[in-house]
Amino acid sequence: MTTTQDPYAGSRQTTEGRVYTVTGGDWDQTFGADPHENERLVVNMGPQHPSTHGVLRLVLDLEGETVTKARVVIGYLHTGIEKTTEYRTWTQGTTLVTRMDYLAPLFNETAYCLAVEKLLGIEVPQRAQTIRVLVMELNRIASHLVGLATFGMEMGALTGMTNGFRERELVLDVLEEITGLRMNHAYVRPGGLAQDLPAGVEVRIRELLTVMPERIAAMHRLLTGQPIWQRRLKDVGFLDVTGCLALGVTGPVLRAAGLPWDLRKVEPYCGYETYDFEVPTADTADAWGRYLVRVAEMGESLKIVGQAVDRLEPGPVMVEDKKIAWPAQLSLGADGMGNSLDHVRHIMGQSMEALIHHFKLVTEGFRVPAGQVYQAIESPRGELGYHVVSDGGTRPFRVHVRDPSFVNLQATAAMSEGGMIADVIAAIASIDPVMGGVDR
Amino acid sequence: MTDGFRRGAFGVTGSGDTSGFGGLVRVEPGGAVALHSTERPYGGWFDEVTDALVDAVGEATFAAAVPRVLVDRGEITYFVDREHLLTLVQALRDDEALRFELCSSVSAVDYLDSGGPAANTGRPRFHVVHHLTSMTYRRRIRLEVAVTAEDPHVPSVTGTYPTADWHEREVWDMFGVVFDGHPALTRILMPDDWDGHPQRKDYPLGGVPVEFEGAQIPPPDERRSYR
Repeated sequence: MTTTQDPYAGSRQTTEGRVYTVTGGDWDQTFGADPHENERLVVNMGPQHPSTHGVLRLVLDLEGETVTKARVVIGYLHTGIEKTTEYRTWTQGTTLVTRMDYLAPLFNETAYCLAVEKLLGIEVPQRAQTIRVLVMELNRIASHLVGLATFGMEMGALTGMTNGFRERELVLDVLEEITGLRMNHAYVRPGGLAQDLPAGVEVRIRELLTVMPERIAAMHRLLTGQPIWQRRLKDVGFLDVTGCLALGVTGPVLRAAGLPWDLRKVEPYCGYETYDFEVPTADTADAWGRYLVRVAEMGESLKIVGQAVDRLEPGPVMVEDKKIAWPAQLSLGADGMGNSLDHVRHIMGQSMEALIHHFKLVTEGFRVPAGQVYQAIESPRGELGYHVVSDGGTRPFRVHVRDPSFVNLQATAAMSEGGMIADVIAAIASIDPVMGGVDR
Repeated sequence: MTDGFRRGAFGVTGSGDTSGFGGLVRVEPGGAVALHSTERPYGGWFDEVTDALVDAVGEATFAAAVPRVLVDRGEITYFVDREHLLTLVQALRDDEALRFELCSSVSAVDYLDSGGPAANTGRPRFHVVHHLTSMTYRRRIRLEVAVTAEDPHVPSVTGTYPTADWHEREVWDMFGVVFDGHPALTRILMPDDWDGHPQRKDYPLGGVPVEFEGAQIPPPDERRSYR
């Protein structure tokens, strides 16, 4: 006979064997009453909830409207991208990593490619570097506009949402003209870029540069001076520099706490040290400061885009080494984007060796000398780090992504415990996590 | 073959080789990490940091804690014995000459057969990697702790760097490395009731063959791969 009685499934011995009777029961009858049970309420928010910034799940312990405990549950968007890269070539890796933080695809691509190039020991041509900076800063504006749009939506300022997405579309139109796609571009490749800028796109970019400052000013007019917006954001989601460093928080959240830590300045890559721009900071360490920092950063990005367009000079956008460089530039044909017709004519009709070379490089890929590197860049959300390991083969041995959203989201509990439940939303919106990056 | 090198390609060996691929010598998977090390001087600020670390923890402890150092591609890696990991990270964060305030990332690599020479407790296939950043001096270093699949225990650095909390949960989830002293080591990305640790090299990628215009294409992990 058993010595313990299962409270849910009592059992008795019969001639047929042991028979279990499964029953339910109330918590207090089973485990005794909790003296605080009347005050304590556990609320589950998400993962499908319009205010949790994606498929994020929050489990909140409440006393009245005060949050006593905030637990964050993630993993609902896990797609195993890191594992999948181990079964694809180094070049195909770009197509995978761009889908992690889907609001900052060009940052993922560039960080990955910089890591691969560090392993290879190569440096990309000047024009490719300038275009990388150009598209990254356009991407930063688009990403911050979505950040502000969802911020507005979650605070109930729905016009902020519609305006943010409308202005973002202007940026995405330009990115579409450059890369062929609005998102998930796979434009930055190990060794350079998939293709050169299309003719006449400089005019489009300059048009954007004249339109955008007015749109940012309109964002200010809509939200910044608005009393409700200010009262929802000021002194909410407080996290000072000490808290940020302990929790590993970087990006606008850290800069809003007063530390001007921006990898574009402190560890320049892609030639950022030659551009003239400021690192906006705030000293409020709250959601309000983070909002102001993001708006100011869009203005700085516009400055960098302008400088990048000015210094564009003709030249190659892929390394010279034919053992690494993708054999063809992409071009627009009658049936969409593909290899340029000149290249197809060359390999199919003129040169057997070129065909073999193309085939080997596209199917097998290039080899990367064994070793490991860590490459970090400043994404719109903070330090985006790629730890890439090669075993000397044609595929990555391991790619680990230190995604800023993943790390920053850990600060949710520190920002929201002890505050009101409504402020939890403001705190998370001010972190601006992208769940595609958190879960990878 | 544990000398860390792999010879030949496309299966070409012996005297029949006229392609030259039979003479190819490459580092084995993980060989660069597992078997190489750098001698002093390391160059640049690497010596400065190493000296400061020796001063902070004492020469005897350093010698026991860091059996090997590797400088490669402008990055320095300290291979750390797990018994001394917590002493080291505490000194790295708090010492005035070191000041590694930020733990950028904790992850792991599964080197399977090539993570290091076999001991009687098995091969050290899991290499747990800590990337530390000094904001004061603008430096980055890497600490690497190797453990075996039979005894996959590494002390948790959450006491020194609270940010390592989710990183270590992810490494547990993906590789099955146990971080002793972690406040709540549970799965983070995979469902709670998941079997196995997906990023281990012996965990299959999965996938089904795909029919396309009469041909059958095998799943990615069963396709031909190039050595």
